[in-house]
Order: sequence, then C-alpha cells, then structure tokens
Amino acid sequence: MKNLKTILLPFLLSLGLFLLAQAASAQLRIEVVGGGATQIPVAIVPFRAEEGLAQRLTPVVAADLARSGLFKIVDAGGMNPVPHEPEQVNYAQWRARGADAVVIGAVTKAPDGRYDIRFRVMDAVKQTQIAGFVYFATESQLRLTAHKIADVIYEKLTGDTGVFATRITYVVKRGSRYELNVADADGFGAQSVLASNEPIISPAWSPEGTRLAYVSFEQKKPVVYVQSLTTGSRQAVAAFRGSNSAPAWSPDGKQLAVTLTRDGGSQLFLINSDGSGAPRRLTQSAAIDTEANFSPDGQSILFTSDRGGGPQIYRIPVGGGGAPQRVTFEGRYNVSARHSPDGKSFTFIQRNGGRFNVAVQDFATRQVQVLTEGGVDESPSFAPNNKIILYATVVGGRGILAAVSSDGRIKQRFTADVGDAREPAWSPVVNK
Amino acid sequence: MKRILTVVLATAILAACSSTSTKEQDPASVEDRGAAGSQPTAKPPVTTGGPTAKPLDPNAVSGNPLKDPSNVLSKRSIYFELDSNIVKEEFKPLVSAHARYLQQNRNQKMTVQGNTDERGSREYNLALGQRRADAVKQMMQLLGAQSEQIETVSFGEEKPRASGSDEKSWAENRRADLVYPND
Repeated sequence: MKNLKTILLPFLLSLGLFLLAQAASAQLRIEVVGGGATQIPVAIVPFRAEEGLAQRLTPVVAADLARSGLFKIVDAGGMNPVPHEPEQVNYAQWRARGADAVVIGAVTKAPDGRYDIRFRVMDAVKQTQIAGFVYFATESQLRLTAHKIADVIYEKLTGDTGVFATRITYVVKRGSRYELNVADADGFGAQSVLASNEPIISPAWSPEGTRLAYVSFEQKKPVVYVQSLTTGSRQAVAAFRGSNSAPAWSPDGKQLAVTLTRDGGSQLFLINSDGSGAPRRLTQSAAIDTEANFSPDGQSILFTSDRGGGPQIYRIPVGGGGAPQRVTFEGRYNVSARHSPDGKSFTFIQRNGGRFNVAVQDFATRQVQVLTEGGVDESPSFAPNNKIILYATVVGGRGILAAVSSDGRIKQRFTADVGDAREPAWSPVVNK
Repeated sequence: MKRILTVVLATAILAACSSTSTKEQDPASVEDRGAAGSQPTAKPPVTTGGPTAKPLDPNAVSGNPLKDPSNVLSKRSIYFELDSNIVKEEFKPLVSAHARYLQQNRNQKMTVQGNTDERGSREYNLALGQRRADAVKQMMQLLGAQSEQIETVSFGEEKPRASGSDEKSWAENRRADLVYPND
C-alpha cells in the first residue's frame, strides 16, 4: 500500500500540473479527499500516436478514474514493447505491478480528417478482453472522447454508469457580477451561458440536458427563465406579480413545478416549460411551500414546507388527490430535497445545531445518513449514476463546489480560480 | 380606529422630528442607508460643465417628501428579528406614514422587497423574505393602502446590504425595503 502511494503520488502530481498547463481557461480544479474502501488497480497505457494530438487522451482517462476514488492508477511506464494491441500485452508483467486491468489503444487519422480512436480494456487476471470500442472524433471532441472511454472503463469494472462525459452547471459571483456557467464534469471547458449584474440562483437541467431553467433577478425581482444551451435563446416562463422561483423539471421536460407568490404566500404551481397556458396550483396552505423536485417517475413531488412549524420535507402526488405527507422527522430544519435518479432515496440539507450538512434519506427504510461535516453546505444534487452528490459549501470564506459519494467515503472539492461558486447541478446523461 | 390612527400619526410626527435632529448631526449615515437599499440607478452625471463642486443633496431641492431626509417617508427599511416576520413597534410609525402616503396618492405604486440573512437554503430564504414583505404590505393595507398599489417581492439572501458573516451583518440583512418606482 505504501509502495503504491509513493508510486502514485508523483504520477498524480505531474498529471495535475499537466492538466493545469493544458487548459489555461479552466476555471475549476478538482481535489480528492478520501478514497473508496476498495480501489481497482488499473493500468492505462498511453495510446499509440496520441502524443501528436492537441489533447492527449490517456491522461484525461486516468485523471477521471483517479478522481472517482474507486481506482488505483498503476504505473504504465517502462514496458517494452509498449502494448497497443492485445497480443502485445504481457500479462505476467502487469500482474507483477498489481494491475487487475490494462487499458490499451491507438489513434490513427481517418480519411475524412477525423481521428479513429480504438481502445480495449483487458482483464489481466483472466487474460481476456473486457471491452473494446472505436470512436471517430474531431479535434474538438478529443476531450469528450476521453471522458467516454473513462465511462466505459468505469462501467465495465464497477458495474455502475460512468458520469465523466456529463456536465455541471453552477453560478459564479465575481465582485458584483454573476455568471451562470456550464462545464464538463471534471470542471474543464467552463463556459458562461449568462452574465448579469443581478443574482442568478437555482439552475436546473432539463431531462434531455439541452435547456436550463433558473431564477434571475434582472427584473428587480425573482423571475423564472428557461434557456436553450443549443441556441442560447431564453424566455421568462414565470414572471407573475410577486416572486417566481425554484424551478423543477417534470421528467418529460414539458412542465415545471415553480414557487409563485401571486396568490399570496409561497405556493407550488405547475406551469408549461414553454411558458404557455395558466399555472395550475399544486399546494394549498397558509405556510411556505417551495423547493419542488419531481420523482423520476413523475408521479410525486418532494418539497420544503414549514406547515408544521419549522421547514421539513413533504411529498405530494402530482395528479392531485391526497394530502402532502411529511417525510423527514429528524431535526428541526430539513430543506432542499432532490431525488436520486433511481428514485430510491433523496438528498437534502439538514441543520444540526448551527451547521448545515448534506444528508441522504432512504425512502424504504427512512434511514438518514449525514454525509458531510462542514458547516454551510447548500444545494445538493445527485449525479445521474446515483453515486455522487454535488453541493455548494464555503471554505476559507469563499464559496466552492464539492462532491461526496453517496456512501460518504469519497469527497472532492472543485476549486474555482476566482470568485464564489455556488448553486451547482449535475446534468443528466445525454446519449449521443 | 380613528384614535389609533391619531396616536400613530403623532408617533410618526415625533419620529420625523427626531429623525430631523439626527440627520443634522449625521447626514451621511441617513443618506447611505437609503442609497444602499435602493436599486443601482443609472443616473446621468451631475454636470458636464467645468470643474464644479456640488455638495448639496439634489433631492432636497425637489420638494419630494419621499426624498426629503427630514420626512419620515424618506425612511424605507424595516428590520426584523431572527426567524420573525413581525413588524416591530419601532417601525410602525414608518409603515403607517407610507400607508397614509399611498392612501393619499391612489395612483402611487410601491414595491416591498423582503430580505433575509445568509444562513440556510437560498430558496427557503427567498420564501422567508417574501413573508416579511407580505407582513409589511398587510399592515399597510390595514392602514389604508390598497392591495393593487403594493407588489411584494423577495430577494431572500441574494442582495445583502452587509456582507459579513456575523450577527451585526445578519441583523442588517433581516429587512424589508420600501421602494417607489422613481427611486
């Protein structure tokens, strides 16, 4: 174990520096705290002819896997010959280095100018191929291709869906300026999709991953907008008298649950996500009802309400019929519930004393697990594979994004170069 | 009701008088509070002529009671206790003065902006800020303003006037502001 660490550390360090130098525009950097109980040792051999690429592939693949906390990256240097094809793999040597799996591959330029990228995951114990794929990618797609390769390796070796080829959105505050950003799941390639001198909060991905709903204060009050990431066009979909906030997409992408105050108080309504039609009221209370979140089957909604005194999480059927049922009972302040994509649990923020922490509650057992020990955690949301929860926290007086595995073992921090980062949300998996 | 109103009015006048004397001792603090609470307006520069010194408050010249620092109507902020949306006794003269102003100027509109401190969920805080704004509106309606004249909105914790993470800043941010269209 110690040996591995001494081998790994310089490797990871040089990797980190390389990644930093490669992308001067990168605005988020990820640092892993803690690791999985068991880590799968995997060797990633540099692909043939990848050193000539504008973006080398295997360093991105290795960084993705290492960051997940579920893999040990085994040193792949000094092999002679360097294997790129299955018959070149010397299994005995890889076993001696402790690798359970070896990733090999090669890059060639296809006649149409794109790159032909083929790779294989070899089982070093059984000496068989676990997976093999070929991708055709343009230069600008190289990084995404590396994430997709990492997804395949992750899926084949852990049995869970990889989420390296997904994206995140978050808000950065720099001085008095607010930016809504979209970045790759590893924090690279951050792009600002909206900049404003007024606050932006509560971004939410549409189920197909091409639109964002959010709350902007540019009209001197909270108004809900939907913005297309493909065309950049945006539309105010809830701009009623009073405050409009907390958008949540229905699983079919046609509706949004929102919080409106137009009839007095903060109550939940359903609106069409294209802004058409009249809102349909979902809750009828004299209390605060807000922070709606649809269940993955679209049948019910979790929301925050203080109808019982302090804020707690409640569940209501979307189709009507049936009073809201309280689902959180531990503690006096439970807010910001988000379903897991498999619908089996939800994450939320629980206040314990003066501290706000990320927690998960299982629907079936009602068991609550508090996953973080920071003091000011906010806005948790699941990665599409149910395994990671992304949230906002404050370190050293500055807002940063952080992630914790849903078992609480692995923690990551996304460090922004400048400004306060907050309000993160993980995109769905988009099949292309 | 009439008696209550008279008492309220008397208090309002008293508050106005006392604020006048405060103002003379420390005009800056009164002005600062108003400026920070109002929206960042894009006012043209005072003058484009030669080098001039214009220290005088231009609002004083207008005769607008909403901007006259000696008038209670120039006071726009109502502060709240932690987890509370109850308008405290000390702010009732202010609220009633604005309610009367709306009652006497039926075409006048107003926005009440609710605010909270930074602790807790942003969206839940937005709803708590709304509750504070609604509480102020409800009191104004009881004192003669009409519902259509007042829109209540919330900024939650998003537009703090004090940026610190301490009790003093939090207290400053637990607040509702009264904003008129031409502020």
